[in-house]
Amino acid sequence: MTDILQKIPETDNVDQAMTDEKKIISVDDVTIHYGAFKAVQNVSLDIAQNKVTAFIGPSGCGKSTVLRSINRMNDLIPSASITGKILFDGHDMYESSVDPVLVRREIGMVFQKPNPFPKSIYENIAWGARIHGFKGDMDELVETSLRQAALWDEVKDKLKQSGLSLSGGQQQRLCIARTIAVEPKIILMDEPASALDPIATGRIEELILELKENYTIIIVTHNMGQASRVSDYTAFFMVDENRSGYLQEFNITEHLFLNPKHRKTEEYISGKFG
Amino acid sequence: MKSIQTHPFNKKLRIREAFIEGALFLFALLSIAITVSIVVILLRESLLFFESDEVTLSGFLFGTKWQPMIGYFGVLPLLNATLMTSLIAMIVALPLGLAVGIYLSEYADEKFKSVVKPVLEVLAGIPSIVYGYFALTFMTPLLRSIFGDDVVQMYNMMSAGIVMGILILPLVATMAEDAIAAVPVELRLASYALGATTLETSIKVVVPAALSGLSATFLLGLSRAIGETMIVALAAGAGPKMTFNFFEGAETITGYIVRISGGDVSYNSVDYTSIFALGLMLFFMTFTLNMISREISARYQTEYE
Repeated sequence: MTDILQKIPETDNVDQAMTDEKKIISVDDVTIHYGAFKAVQNVSLDIAQNKVTAFIGPSGCGKSTVLRSINRMNDLIPSASITGKILFDGHDMYESSVDPVLVRREIGMVFQKPNPFPKSIYENIAWGARIHGFKGDMDELVETSLRQAALWDEVKDKLKQSGLSLSGGQQQRLCIARTIAVEPKIILMDEPASALDPIATGRIEELILELKENYTIIIVTHNMGQASRVSDYTAFFMVDENRSGYLQEFNITEHLFLNPKHRKTEEYISGKFG
Repeated sequence: MKSIQTHPFNKKLRIREAFIEGALFLFALLSIAITVSIVVILLRESLLFFESDEVTLSGFLFGTKWQPMIGYFGVLPLLNATLMTSLIAMIVALPLGLAVGIYLSEYADEKFKSVVKPVLEVLAGIPSIVYGYFALTFMTPLLRSIFGDDVVQMYNMMSAGIVMGILILPLVATMAEDAIAAVPVELRLASYALGATTLETSIKVVVPAALSGLSATFLLGLSRAIGETMIVALAAGAGPKMTFNFFEGAETITGYIVRISGGDVSYNSVDYTSIFALGLMLFFMTFTLNMISREISARYQTEYE
């Protein structure tokens, strides 16, 4: 983990840094309402491919709302509405012709509380692939997914046992393996370690660093240490006086933490509020 | 004057409290006493039935002919008709109730629910005798016009069973919806996040997770169908008959009890005590089903703690 901190990019300008990255997601002037309540306003930022982007900020700043809008999970909340664009590989995912089910196959999600299905460990992994008509070798898919999620060695002898029989940290890695098994391009993680103990949290963080080889990861976290350890880019969200969230600062993680441009960012990362 | 005996926190006698507590306790006791005495009366009268010279326990349990007037006391024809009508009722109510439950829980918006749920409650509030006439004057003629008058008898188990299914549909639908809605929302989110459709999520994740609640629903619906009386008394026929043809008439246990208790049979005759034996049998059947159903519900409530 330390070697990442050592190679601090030369530039402290995120736009300049981004020109060298492939932008897989572009959030363009997004405003999200829940009914009449404006949850988050005018958010624009780019997500770099095969990098980890962290969303941080105080409670109610809309970071989870923005995260869920990226794979259209907000559609499941009947009162939610969105303006602006979210481009994925150049396609606006909020065009009326877009099927959110197909979006979610490309952009998977891991939740705050581990939520394995009440099925066997094997079935938890196989389920998603099966509904997408996977025709290949299921045993192999289960094994590679569990290996990628660093869970294989712990569960290889008990694949038939219920996913619920695992510890919290193992359950969360099972959920990550389940997400990997449908081969998304992007994995959204909504405070994936907040319900776990420090050791399990450490394993999840190591896993995130391994996964970015193959996936683009966006992680919401309350833990600023975690954001600084795992992410390449960090977006700091704030709440205004109307309780609406907005994007205060977005930068290369090292610069945001070591040299924040805004006073609010500095106060938040130094623990003055939040 | 300050007395040494009076402690400021001494217990105070609250007569009203004590009175109300006592009264509530008596009411609770009363409801238990009533239940126990019903069971006692059932047992006592049943005992009279089995003590009678014409009746043997094996003849009662395994006999295929029920003709009390001429000394045949085999319960199987009545039991068979009860189970057949209940089976038809469940075949109607379970898929429909499950579909309604899934739709209400997984698809319907609040506005639609606010219309459908009161309608279901109205349906559940219709007296069963009304359903009985519905079976007799609508369902039976409909069946006869479809399958022919020579196939479908005027009184038949099919008509009674179908209408009984409609009667218990609100119960099954509401309970199914409760069981399905009790599945944690996190499981649905997990499924949607994997790119599943609402149908895949409902059928492959939510319903299997609600299975114990749904089996409790099934058992309670079955128990309700077995005990249901007016529809079968009106539409299923008034003669005990050992038949497996759904389009024939056959009297059910409840149908027989209604006919005898409303008729001119003299007290203390074997016919008269026979209805207590049948009542006891029904009681055991529904009691067992309800207990299993309760046990299953209790288990699924703790499943997701």
